[in-house]
Amino acid sequence: MAATLHDSSEARVVTHRRRRFNEYAVTAVLFLLPAFAFLGVFVLWPIIDSFRLSFYKWNGVDPDLTFLGVDNWVRLAKDGVFWRAVRNNFIIVFLSLLVQLPIGLALAVLLDSGGRKFSFFKVIYFLPLLLSTVAIGILFKYIYDPYFGIINATLERIGLDALTQEWLSNPKIALYSVIAVICWQYIPFYMVLFLASLSGIPAELREAAYIDGATENKYFWSIVLPLLRGSIITAATLSLIGSLKYFDLIWVMTEGGPVNATELMATYMYKKAFSSFEMGYGATVASALFIVVLVTALTVYFPLQRQEEDIAG
Amino acid sequence: MKTKTSAKTIVILLLALLWLLVAFVPFWFMVLTSFKQSMELMTRPVWAFPDNPILTNFMNVINNRFFRFLTNSSIVVSVSIFLVVIISSMAAYVFARIRFRLNQPLFALIIAGLIVPIHVTLIPIYLLTTRVGIYDSLYALIGPYVAFSLPVSIFILTQFMRQIPYELEDAARIDGCGPMGSFFRIVLPLSRSGLVTIAIFNAVSLWNEFVFAFVLTSSPSTRTLPLAIWDFQGQYASDIPQIMAVLLLSALPLIIAYVIFQEQLVKGIMAGAIKG
Repeated sequence: MAATLHDSSEARVVTHRRRRFNEYAVTAVLFLLPAFAFLGVFVLWPIIDSFRLSFYKWNGVDPDLTFLGVDNWVRLAKDGVFWRAVRNNFIIVFLSLLVQLPIGLALAVLLDSGGRKFSFFKVIYFLPLLLSTVAIGILFKYIYDPYFGIINATLERIGLDALTQEWLSNPKIALYSVIAVICWQYIPFYMVLFLASLSGIPAELREAAYIDGATENKYFWSIVLPLLRGSIITAATLSLIGSLKYFDLIWVMTEGGPVNATELMATYMYKKAFSSFEMGYGATVASALFIVVLVTALTVYFPLQRQEEDIAG
Repeated sequence: MKTKTSAKTIVILLLALLWLLVAFVPFWFMVLTSFKQSMELMTRPVWAFPDNPILTNFMNVINNRFFRFLTNSSIVVSVSIFLVVIISSMAAYVFARIRFRLNQPLFALIIAGLIVPIHVTLIPIYLLTTRVGIYDSLYALIGPYVAFSLPVSIFILTQFMRQIPYELEDAARIDGCGPMGSFFRIVLPLSRSGLVTIAIFNAVSLWNEFVFAFVLTSSPSTRTLPLAIWDFQGQYASDIPQIMAVLLLSALPLIIAYVIFQEQLVKGIMAGAIKG
């Protein structure tokens, strides 16, 4: 107490500020701690542990793990099923980008041009987003059913018997049948995303373009599309990363079959770890999945970032 | 010119109707079939109206512990959301409002969590859960649910909190309000709509979560709704109307929420996509 009496007012400000600084530092640490605790235990540590397990052979029950070195990774490199899964994942990536984004955009433009008249359409279009992926998978499993499903029944009804298929059990088309469902599920999502940015474009822009003699097509390609750049990149990134992580729908509809025709990295990992109890090899597949996602994300992210800066500069 | 526009309008309308059909027909099939008897589906055309609509399929589902699954889902989702909202608002406050050297790197680290595939964490989390002794209980789900909801929630809330005027906090500071005080008295109350958004977004995605529930629980008493559907499907695989009744009943809570809170729900679901 005596000391403070002799303090100059300047010194008092400094101690005051230091107290404040500490208070902010303490708050920062305290407030970040829970988030990092959860992320550390349930995200970061498991990633590291997966990599560690990938060097062992283990059935998940025995107390002892057998150290294998890089054997699991060598096995993975030669594993035809794994590479098939990687290929399937990338087929989903490309078809998702090619089908979902254009149709989503077209529907958004359509709803945007229709205004209030189309609000009923909007309500229905949005419905698929409310179902869980499991429910969608099971629903479509029965829609595709060759005997009781509605697709074959409808085809027969309109005289297109030749087109009826065993949609999910024919290895040649099973993957595409599943991709069609993925599109059904996600197109509404991209539609709403694009609709949000379309409604942000001021109406004066359209008038100005028309006054300057632009046709509707020209207006779309040279004004609307460039303005949607940001949301198109967002949508593409979401679709890309999401497609690589895909699991639920495929698991429910085909479990990766018939004969690995729809196998994905995630379904293969699940089978290895939890059906045949090869925890070590399952962890290897999981780690490989992580590497593929990380590398893809980085390859897409950095060039985009640079381009963004070029435009901003 | 006139004919051209009207032709175009017709094409647009046709496309709109086509997609309406594509989006709606599966739902129609689900509703129609859930009122049929299982024999009826085999003997009559799939598109026919049920001969005499029955409710037995729904009663079966309800008597098969449907409310147990509904309660399980509600408990897990509400506890997880509660934790996510608290933890992410605290972290977002630090990232949006306190300047320190590690702010940017730590924020980037959290955002990197957005791309982590659940499957790379599955084996270690499963092993951890069995070792701790909470395997096959609702507690097992809360940790991973909270952790995987945090990156996107912190991201959205940080953006949100950055927009609150700094003058408010400066004024409070002059009046002797420290960082904790300004979090609870200024930033948190002003972030209410952001908190609602992340609560809705996470509620919808956790309500439908499958993988963790699939791996970390096994007995019917701990199953959440998506898993209950999955188990039902295994049990009644050949009774299609029965399955459709489960699907319909399990989708009902979200559909009702959608009817009541349409705008807010759509905004919430889309929140995860709003970047940059």
